[in-house]
Amino acid sequence: MAASETILSVKDLRVRFRTLDGAVEAVKGINIHVKSGETVAVVGESGSGKSQTMMAAMSLLASNGEATGSVDYRGRNLLTLSKSELNKVRGRKISMIFQEPMTSLDPLYSIGNQLIEPIRRHRGLNVAEAREEALKLLRLVHIPDPERRMKSYPHEMSGGQRQRVMIAMALANDPDILIADEPTTALDVTIQAQILMLLAELQRKLGMAIVFITHDLGIVRRFADRVYVMRQGEVVEEGEAEAIFVNPQHAYTKMLLAAEPTGSKAPPPANAPVLLEGRNVEVTFRIGGGFLAGEPLMLRAVDHISIRLQRNQTIGIVGESGSGKSTLGRALLRLLPSDGLIRFGDRDISQADRQAMRPLRRQMQLVFQDPFGSLSPRMTVGQVITEGLLVHEPDLSGKQRDQRAVEALREVGLDPNARNRYPHEFSGGQRQRIAIARAMILKPRLVVLDEPTSALDRSVQKQIVELLRKLQADHELSYLFISHDLSVVRAMADYIIVMKQGKIVEEGPTEAIFSNPQHAYTQTLMAAAIDVTRFRLSA
Amino acid sequence: MLRYVLRRLLTAIPTLFVIVTMAFFLMRVAPGGPFNQERGLSPEIRANLEAQFGLNDPLWLQFVHYLGNLLRGNFGPSYNMPDFTVTELFAKGLPISVQLGASALVLALLLGSVLGTIAALNQNKLGDYTVIALATAGSTIPTFVIAPVIQLLFGLTWRLLPIGGWGDGAFINKVGPVLTLALPQIAIVARLMRGSMIESLRSHHIRTARALGLSDWSVVVKHALRGAILPIVSFTGPAAAALLTGSVIVETIFSIPGVGRYFVDAALNRDYTLVMGTVVVIAIFTIVFNLIVDVMYAVVDPRVRYD
Repeated sequence: MAASETILSVKDLRVRFRTLDGAVEAVKGINIHVKSGETVAVVGESGSGKSQTMMAAMSLLASNGEATGSVDYRGRNLLTLSKSELNKVRGRKISMIFQEPMTSLDPLYSIGNQLIEPIRRHRGLNVAEAREEALKLLRLVHIPDPERRMKSYPHEMSGGQRQRVMIAMALANDPDILIADEPTTALDVTIQAQILMLLAELQRKLGMAIVFITHDLGIVRRFADRVYVMRQGEVVEEGEAEAIFVNPQHAYTKMLLAAEPTGSKAPPPANAPVLLEGRNVEVTFRIGGGFLAGEPLMLRAVDHISIRLQRNQTIGIVGESGSGKSTLGRALLRLLPSDGLIRFGDRDISQADRQAMRPLRRQMQLVFQDPFGSLSPRMTVGQVITEGLLVHEPDLSGKQRDQRAVEALREVGLDPNARNRYPHEFSGGQRQRIAIARAMILKPRLVVLDEPTSALDRSVQKQIVELLRKLQADHELSYLFISHDLSVVRAMADYIIVMKQGKIVEEGPTEAIFSNPQHAYTQTLMAAAIDVTRFRLSA
Repeated sequence: MLRYVLRRLLTAIPTLFVIVTMAFFLMRVAPGGPFNQERGLSPEIRANLEAQFGLNDPLWLQFVHYLGNLLRGNFGPSYNMPDFTVTELFAKGLPISVQLGASALVLALLLGSVLGTIAALNQNKLGDYTVIALATAGSTIPTFVIAPVIQLLFGLTWRLLPIGGWGDGAFINKVGPVLTLALPQIAIVARLMRGSMIESLRSHHIRTARALGLSDWSVVVKHALRGAILPIVSFTGPAAAALLTGSVIVETIFSIPGVGRYFVDAALNRDYTLVMGTVVVIAIFTIVFNLIVDVMYAVVDPRVRYD
């Protein structure tokens, strides 16, 4: 590679947002530079300002945001360029891909149409020439059957394919710099690996510099030459990737590196009583059909699954999106109609209706992925967590309920005063604690945890995992832990079920699955999960 | 798609039947009849008239007769305007109302969309506030205030427009009524468009378009506007059905011989056949325009696919 020159340099960049509560400074005077052909990672947790830095550089800030300082691209300050000058750089010299492959393409235009537009705009080709270029690009990003795909619309493609199309659009005009803002976060692990491999391959072929904005240290370690660690709008540490991993200086970097959930869960004694058992459980969804609309399509989301959960056991259910893992969890709680046998304790609940299930509900609780959507914004935290008591222990006085709320909040490590505040006043991790308190206040025996850590930052994930393990030990709980995140599952579960297309492809004790996966799909899954543990500090 | 349209047209038949049935019997629940007038007819004449129109038959038999006629496309005679059949009244009046309504609708869609887009692009700035102020005025000032003001200013003071009358459909006679019909609709469309355009401009694919360095024109018109138009499309269905079937206020104030007046007049006079005719016409318009809207949806948005 030719001697690399600095092509992008961000100096004393500040980003401010005007809000109703006054100005909020998201980026507080940072310096970053990118040399040609290198890979730079900007790492940080949510709210660190890592995305806003690059949004500011591209003049893509929300309308209430403003940036000061300078962003020099080959001697020109992007922040002061006129719109038409800027549009000669954006999409041509510097391009960007985003975290949300599902929504980042225009749903109303075909893939071909969307690819052709920037090519024509920046290179002045005619439609036929631009079409040829677009086809080449689709081949470059390994989209199968590109001729046909040109006519497809985004909704007809999977998330991974859409991200490939995004990459093709970004690379259409042979840019100097590709900014990738969490490009794989919203994708399944196997697809994540494919997209990262593709980016690495394209960088080798085309030689552009890549700026990775990410919270995922595995990506950083594997791909980045240099790293900037950001926290609360400031760069706290920067340097060669290797050096940062081997010898981090700043306490925050050290914390990030140690944030991977650790430890493992010992299996319960073999004679522990079985709490929940499913035999040949099946869930079928009807799609379409109806008056004059013909036969409905039947989709089997859960296909002949048997499962035995003992007291004090955690079964991890692993699979990619659409594998049926969440559906299985809901079916086992009788929240969905299903076929097959389901036993809870010594009762057959296979066909129990809502009425019959109600007294059992307090013993089986559910915690969801989304700590933002699953708490009613109009109720105080106290009301949210004691609502279940009104149904299941109606005899409690208001005072007793309040006492239980205090206990539950203490148990999940929150200040009991939190009960008088509203959910929006809390961070994602705190909200997930509230959701856990809501389940724990009923003193359940079984908790289904549906991706409870997926929406959280790594360092917070670790705390939640530790909390869940402590609660399990204190109360002999049984968990069904549904997740696509293998490192979290490994730390939580003593037994693992791997699901694909509604079926179990492999199951066994956690260590056996991790050390010696048998099924090809499990092996792909393991290989794809970028193993950050390898890079943990030796200290 | 063709199958979908056929299916929708088939399901329209039971819908229409329910509407006709309900309207028929509800109307008969109301006290009075077509020949109870203030002056009062002598009992003999009245009995004679009622016999002539079959109003003495049991109600179910009248209903069966009405349905039978309706199937043959015969709406029956008007009780209060005995020289005309209901079909003749609509044949004369409906084209007039449709012309006015369609012009008003097109005007409202064009002007409303443009105003709404301008407001969205200048969110919380002067342009936005101006459009919102106009839209609020447009939707709060009632038609029966706008119409006389137009007549006064344009008709009497400046003598630019005729005060009223159809004038055999001369352009100049249509300006006043069309403006009056369109103003509140412009306000509604502008508000809808502003909201959906603001949302559309914030969407991720607009960010992508900007990041690709596309021109403002392409970002706004090609990408944002097309997505933002969908709520307007849904609004157009019921709005078209309402506008094209005439407005009693506008037609009365401007002395337009459309069908808008019939609904109120006929209902007050218990002109059963004319009321039923109006109900059927409005129902058909509503069904057809909603179908057109759903088809348009599939044209604009490739994610919408029927069958």
